[in-house]
Amino acid sequence: MHEYRVLAEIMFSLLILLTLGGAVLAVTARILIHAVVGLALSFLGVAGIYFYLGSPFLSMMQILIYAGAITIVLVFGTMIGYTPRQIVETKIRDENLRLALPACGVALVVLVGVLLKMHIAPTPVPGDWTMATLGKRLLYDFSLAFELISLLLVIAMIGAMVIVASQEDQDAE
Amino acid sequence: MLSETLHVYLIVGALLFAAGVYGIVQKRSFIGMLIAIELMLSGAGLNCMAFNRFTAPDPATGQLLALFIMGIAAAEAALSVSFILAVYKRFRTMDPSKIFILKR
Repeated sequence: MHEYRVLAEIMFSLLILLTLGGAVLAVTARILIHAVVGLALSFLGVAGIYFYLGSPFLSMMQILIYAGAITIVLVFGTMIGYTPRQIVETKIRDENLRLALPACGVALVVLVGVLLKMHIAPTPVPGDWTMATLGKRLLYDFSLAFELISLLLVIAMIGAMVIVASQEDQDAE
Repeated sequence: MLSETLHVYLIVGALLFAAGVYGIVQKRSFIGMLIAIELMLSGAGLNCMAFNRFTAPDPATGQLLALFIMGIAAAEAALSVSFILAVYKRFRTMDPSKIFILKR
């Protein structure tokens, strides 16, 4: 039994490495499609971490929505203006880095500072983590939020189509 | 153990968020900025789920919050890409600093 725990911890560390490495690749890559690949790797790592947090459903949704749908949308977006091998981030000026590093540093120092002040060391809460319970809660207690998020998605889809289509009308005139 | 400590999850979430902040300031293309925003949202979802696992009495709330974050991220990505497409058709550029008609 103990060996399995050690293996699980090693897997967990690898997932954290995958998440952070993907994030670093996503923000530092010079070729835009490499950044999208880094983002997809980072999303897969987060999906594995959700598994360790006890929610296989959320893990599957992370792969389906983030690593699947959003990555494909971003690949389409990447192909609008560039050929895939074109290097686009060559014009990063010192000014950008001078602004980016302090912004990132302040965010990190504030967040980790708050975390280190937090002295509680909680353990995982036992509870009913099955998908059946989640579905029931979604349709009874959270039905209004559920309907609102579907409305939001529909409006976003229609809005996306309207924006692109109305632009074509202007071009025709 | 590593996977049973709340701080590990929160620090991973904070690092994802910081990487997103770095990317959104530093990138000089619309898609690059969109990628950074997605990283920040992903870190926020991880935080919600970690707090739910370790402190909340109700297992459903955190999972649903993370799910809603995913839905909003999907809607935001679709809308942003359509904006980028419209801007590219109009200005023929993907560089945010070249679009300054409000300044004239």
